[in-house]
Amino acid sequence: MLRRRSTLGFFMALPLIVVLGALVVYPAGYSLYLSTLNKSMQRFVGVSNFTFLFTRDTFWMVVRQSVIFAVTAVFFKAVIGFCVAHFVHNTPTRGQRKWRGMLLVPWVIPPAMSTLAWLWLFDPSYSAFNWLLQRFGIEAIPWLGDPYWARFAVILVNVWFGAPFFMIMYLAALKSVPEQLYEAAAIDGANWWQKLWYVTLPMMRGIIAVTVLFSLIVTFANFDIVRVLTAGGPIDQTHVFATWAFKVGIEGNDIPLGACVSLFMLPILGAAAVVILRDVGRRGAEA
Amino acid sequence: MIGRALQDVDVTLAPRKARVRSMRRDRRRALYWSYFFLVVFAVFFLTPPAYMLVTSLKSSAEISAATAPWTVARPTAANYVELLTSSVYLTFFRNSALVSVLVVAVTMVISTLAAFSLSRMRFFGSSALATGVFLTYLIPETLLFIPLFKIFALLKDVTGIEFLNHWWVLVIVYPTLTIPFCTWIMIGYFASIPKELDEAALIDGATWLQTLFLVFVPVALPGIVAATIFAFTVAWAQFLYPLAFTTSTDQLVLPVGIVTTLIKGDVFNWGQIMAGALLGAMPPLVIYAFLMDYYIAGLTAGATKG
Repeated sequence: MLRRRSTLGFFMALPLIVVLGALVVYPAGYSLYLSTLNKSMQRFVGVSNFTFLFTRDTFWMVVRQSVIFAVTAVFFKAVIGFCVAHFVHNTPTRGQRKWRGMLLVPWVIPPAMSTLAWLWLFDPSYSAFNWLLQRFGIEAIPWLGDPYWARFAVILVNVWFGAPFFMIMYLAALKSVPEQLYEAAAIDGANWWQKLWYVTLPMMRGIIAVTVLFSLIVTFANFDIVRVLTAGGPIDQTHVFATWAFKVGIEGNDIPLGACVSLFMLPILGAAAVVILRDVGRRGAEA
Repeated sequence: MIGRALQDVDVTLAPRKARVRSMRRDRRRALYWSYFFLVVFAVFFLTPPAYMLVTSLKSSAEISAATAPWTVARPTAANYVELLTSSVYLTFFRNSALVSVLVVAVTMVISTLAAFSLSRMRFFGSSALATGVFLTYLIPETLLFIPLFKIFALLKDVTGIEFLNHWWVLVIVYPTLTIPFCTWIMIGYFASIPKELDEAALIDGATWLQTLFLVFVPVALPGIVAATIFAFTVAWAQFLYPLAFTTSTDQLVLPVGIVTTLIKGDVFNWGQIMAGALLGAMPPLVIYAFLMDYYIAGLTAGATKG
């Protein structure tokens, strides 16, 4: 029986199907079921967990903060990544490896550990940034103590961590743009801005869309940085869906409500999935 | 006449020469600006790790004096010595290493088999499965940790085995983070292998498994290395699952161990925390330093081929 190609193929893919089915698909569905139970998980309460969330100010704050956090961070990651990729691309090919290697370091360090360095840089009484600011006569900034600065800080750390990834992606994309296109544009009298707008950007559109979409998903679902840096504080002002779900579900011991909170990440995932799937269809046809 | 012609040539050549010179000057200026901004961004990107190193070399006394946070007056290795002789920290390291290595092994076996099957052997629903693998990659762990937590608690009631608060529960859950992406990039690598190669092997009487291990694995080795590196770094860095599923000190992995045990209440022992975080970041950094090209190939494979 194993001689048959399709049967053997199925059995070779079976471990994958089992693992992903049991540990991704099933829990995702189970999460939906959990969200309809009461706190002690003995009674079906329908959508009342959701309606309860809608009445709470903290929930709407988390929604707003998650969106602001993800959109701002991804925007700056993409812009910085795009610029830095260009700067690296401009330098002679010999030295590019060195720059690339240096600039990707933030992405390589596990975020939970690098965020500790930021936590220490932002320390209320020993902040090294504030020490520098005071050299220039600027007042100390309450990096993590003030809600607005704390929001700025979590976004800054996220941009610091994620921009190198964009840089690598865009650098790879830049290298794949044929040089002849720029030559042709130069002959037609294009200036650098026109080359960027009419040659580079259209050629990189695919990559930019995919990386931004991916990053939006990952940033929207971010946990490590916010958890280590502020743990949601001050007074819950920096919570995003993931950290608030953890606080409510695991620390607060209200699993259904936590499941409920985390399910609010689904809409953006669904939207992203639809967009990406159109591209992926091609890949499936090739395979 | 000739003089006239020469004059003409001169007239037409002069501005072109000037333009070439100005283009060269523009290019050089662009290069200098590129270097300038690269240095600025390198400082931004490397400040936190550098500051980790600086702080880790300081004694608690020097840190609390706070006279010059950016430089070290009297470097000391005391923080490192203390950590490397503390059984707690070494336990974290051992747990992290065990979990990561086991997860890499499980991931590579499952995804190599699956990628081979999905790229070469059609069966009912195989192309839908390839898409499904990609979709599971998009589901973040932050959506799954609560149901998984409950599932492990329920499993204990059914089987009597305590899943929560054991390091090996991480070996069960981490593959969900690594397998989709590894399978996905390996489908890409396998798909780029010419069909003639496996046809030749099959004609010579190789079985499908022999074709996989004797033809595909050697040919796609760069892709396999890239996937292995990806799986290792993901497993090493994962923070949410261990934070949710393990609590006893002897079951913790590095990221969680450092965050929950070294930061003790309000008495921040920053020299040691930074030393611990830096040591904990070492395995991925070392792999990156030696296998940078594979690391980057793995990163870019997901998007450029997808």
